[in-house]
Amino acid sequence: MSQQNPAMEAVKSYILEEFLQGEDASELTASTPLMSTGILDSIATLKLIMFLEDEFGVQIEAHEVGEEHLNTLDAICRLIESKR
Amino acid sequence: MFLHRYLGKAARRWPDNVAVEEAGGSSISYRELDLLSDRLRDRLVHMGVRRGDRLGFWIRKSIDAVATILGALKAGAAYVPVDPTAPPARNGYILADCAVAAAVVESRFKDSLLAELATHGARPRVLVIGGSGGGVHLRAALDEEDRLAAVPAVETAEPSPDDLAYILYTSGSTGKPKGVVLTHRNAVSFVEWCAETFAPSSGDRFSSHAPFHFDLSILDIYTPMTRGATLVLFGEEVGKNPRELAKLIADTGISVWYSAPSTLSLIAQFGQIERRSYPRLRLVLFAGEVFPATHLRSLVKQWPHPRYFNLYGPTETNVCTWYEVPTPVAEECTEPMPIGRTCPHLESVVVDVDGRPVPKGTEGELCVRGANVTSGYWNLPALSGNAFIAVGEPPTYYRTGDIVVEQPDGNLRYLGRRDRMIKKRGFRVELGEIEACLYRHPEVREVAVTALPDERLGMKVHAHIACRHGGKLSLIELKSFCSERIPTYMIPDVFSFHATLPKTSTDKTDYQALKAMG
Repeated sequence: MSQQNPAMEAVKSYILEEFLQGEDASELTASTPLMSTGILDSIATLKLIMFLEDEFGVQIEAHEVGEEHLNTLDAICRLIESKR
Repeated sequence: MFLHRYLGKAARRWPDNVAVEEAGGSSISYRELDLLSDRLRDRLVHMGVRRGDRLGFWIRKSIDAVATILGALKAGAAYVPVDPTAPPARNGYILADCAVAAAVVESRFKDSLLAELATHGARPRVLVIGGSGGGVHLRAALDEEDRLAAVPAVETAEPSPDDLAYILYTSGSTGKPKGVVLTHRNAVSFVEWCAETFAPSSGDRFSSHAPFHFDLSILDIYTPMTRGATLVLFGEEVGKNPRELAKLIADTGISVWYSAPSTLSLIAQFGQIERRSYPRLRLVLFAGEVFPATHLRSLVKQWPHPRYFNLYGPTETNVCTWYEVPTPVAEECTEPMPIGRTCPHLESVVVDVDGRPVPKGTEGELCVRGANVTSGYWNLPALSGNAFIAVGEPPTYYRTGDIVVEQPDGNLRYLGRRDRMIKKRGFRVELGEIEACLYRHPEVREVAVTALPDERLGMKVHAHIACRHGGKLSLIELKSFCSERIPTYMIPDVFSFHATLPKTSTDKTDYQALKAMG
């Protein structure tokens, strides 16, 4: 994981601010599971998608909404990267 | 009458109709489904499964899972589905608790399940299938077993009405899930009511959105079978994704939809319904929790043509009251819909805290008896005994724990619970089970879990924790800890940390004070 990755940093601060208030930023790593742990519930997932679409100007398809593409910061960044 | 007779009849009368279709994928006809479940029946009997046994399965929503259910019934066994997304510790406990004689398991879950079963000293026979989807994995596993040793065809079991058909595990307040036992009589009486009330035709296409360990699945699986209609399976991966669901409901031409209201709320808000047309949709059924009026009104505006039904009932009774929602939903309506009237094949009574019937219009606990109603919980005689109440003459009524009031028009209205159970995304959640889970965390000294209604989440579950060494714990660490022990829908939405938890004058945790904190 590259901590310098600006996309990663943007997504990480969004998730910390929106869904993990009060959490120590160092606990959220690139490989922390987000969906399987319930950190992202169904509505949080929808909010994250809207954020990603606005922030990065990408379109996320319905079939991409799942653990395969959204369970970790790493996976989310790979998904965004593949669309840019 | 027994449950799998519906399949036998459908396979004779409508052999080429599509019985089950995976949304956007494979399908299977009634003839093929009958044959595939016959083959599993023969294999299960060869593996030692006998009438009266339990068969567990851990398979994702698929044709393979439906065929497993029917194969188990044909072998005379009761089927026990586990939540495919739940942690192995919970699923292992469930299958050990009801002492399954055998289990059908996807290979990806096999090792963790067997390890858990071994900790309980349970060693059932296991049929491993390579995956799930299309029925091909179950068929391949049977082909492979046949190649090693063919098995003779046996007769399909003809269970008595009081034989168990399935066991559905729900949240238990002591921290262990409890198994609600349902007989063929229970199930068939319900399916007959569904067939009469919703009048399926062979052209109908029923959704299967709820997972198979959830009692909504009984209506889904067996009602279409009564008339040779089609069951369309929505897998776990699309289940919570409203855009994909709305698209698939249109693309697969669903005519009867059934789910928890939380799913329909998400579809109304995020499904982009206006992008597609839904000419075949004729019935929208919902059950499992309260449907907030704002979201229901919004849904009815976007889907004006179907009829809407609010179905009510705990797993112990399946649906026991029903209400057709008058549409459109009036703008001034802010109260949730009534739960309606008792189904004609059941009887109900509303009682006070002393178990005496209350006058009409007074609130009290709803109690139900009749052919749908469970006889109790697997291997929990004390709990089963307490679940029933004699009102006047026996036989006894099942106590739902739900507080209701009868309106002047005869419809019942749901007011709340008398205990600490809540509904989250349609699932039953005992707050005590979440507390029991968190108490296993080495840093947790004291914990109390509360729930408050929430516009966004339905119910917001809040865990109040006092740590052994003071201070806070990592939210990520706590959520991960929970996710290894309880299903995702039970994981608290909010955690807060206290030096000590507030106490009442009798030194019990003061839940009212905690609730006041939000």
